Amino acid sequence: MDVRSSEPELRALMIAGLDGDATAHRALLEKLSGQLRAYFKGQLNRIGGGAVEGEDLVQEALIAIHTRRHTYDRSQLFTPWVYAIARYKFLDYLRRTKVSAADIPIDEAQELAVHDDSAHVESSLDLKRLLAELSPKARQSIQYVKLDGLSVSEAAARLGMSESAVKVSVHRGLKTLARLIREEKPS
Amino acid sequence: MKTDQLIDMLSTNVEPVQQGRLRKTLVWALVVGGGAAFCVMLATVGLRTGLTDGFLPGYFTLKLLFTLSLIGVGAALLERLMRPGQDGRKLFAFVFLPFIIVVCAGVASLVFGQPMAWGRMIFGMQWATCMLCIPLFAVVPFAALIWALRKGAPTDLTRAGAIAGLVAGALGATAYAFHCPDDSVPFIAIWYGTLVALCGVLGAMVGPRLLRW
Repeated sequence: MDVRSSEPELRALMIAGLDGDATAHRALLEKLSGQLRAYFKGQLNRIGGGAVEGEDLVQEALIAIHTRRHTYDRSQLFTPWVYAIARYKFLDYLRRTKVSAADIPIDEAQELAVHDDSAHVESSLDLKRLLAELSPKARQSIQYVKLDGLSVSEAAARLGMSESAVKVSVHRGLKTLARLIREEKPS
Repeated sequence: MKTDQLIDMLSTNVEPVQQGRLRKTLVWALVVGGGAAFCVMLATVGLRTGLTDGFLPGYFTLKLLFTLSLIGVGAALLERLMRPGQDGRKLFAFVFLPFIIVVCAGVASLVFGQPMAWGRMIFGMQWATCMLCIPLFAVVPFAALIWALRKGAPTDLTRAGAIAGLVAGALGATAYAFHCPDDSVPFIAIWYGTLVALCGVLGAMVGPRLLRW
């Protein structure tokens, strides 16, 4: 996949997703997951990391992209934003696993979008177990809204919470999930 | 977990994102932090006597020019640093400009001033109070700015922490200027400059720990 051809497409999907278009958001995350997988695989190869760690990082980056999407400035290019997140997550992984970042040349932005790679590896993460660690409010909100696909107002009615409280619970819950995923990894 | 499952989850019920939300968060942190610093100043050392009844506003204006220019550049930088992929490299150089100007002006006024008066110009009446108050007044603004940065996604944590510390220090110094009875340029250069810079260094040190996500 070429960077130049995908930037306008990815950016259009991102902006549609920011406006609440779920189909565009899904398409974006699917495209990005392939690119992220190739990127992390390439980086991990240099330090002898395996495919499972790679998939953990892909998922961590996807959650970060989703929960931090309000930090994307619509007037700017999209690829550098994604690349900065992927690179941050990789450096954070190195810090956690105590591999010196100085030993590894970090590649230029192009590499993120050069390859695509299909999903066949599962991450080491067990979603059910991770969800169990969330607060009951966050867990149920995510279960109803994100897994069962209920609308926010239906979930709010079932949980006896206001709609905005449900939205906040979902958002916070996803952020907590991202943190749990980080902490699960070998340190 | 398969990545497809995760994507399913993330793209179910996608909420629209309000534009400008991040900027609002930062503005809130600046307003709340600045207001808190001012209140702490009122509650501890209080307004300068004579600030209300006809004093020479020159030095007061100079102090505010120094601190407000730092707050301005720093806030613009923070808005970039809290977004991935924007490092604000060009803007970063402008952070040093207020320091350079105030130090040059301080040296110049010493050179052209009476050597006899140097001690008074440098230490003023309340250098120790100044040294204590600026970092103290910067605490709440720093907490507010770290809170705002954590709402974003800073990728250069040391730099983001440094600028947050610097802006917090400048907010503290702004509040202190309303009390500060010392009117000399070397005083501003040495005490205001050093203490605000020190806040920046402290911010850089704690940034990576406070801002990780």
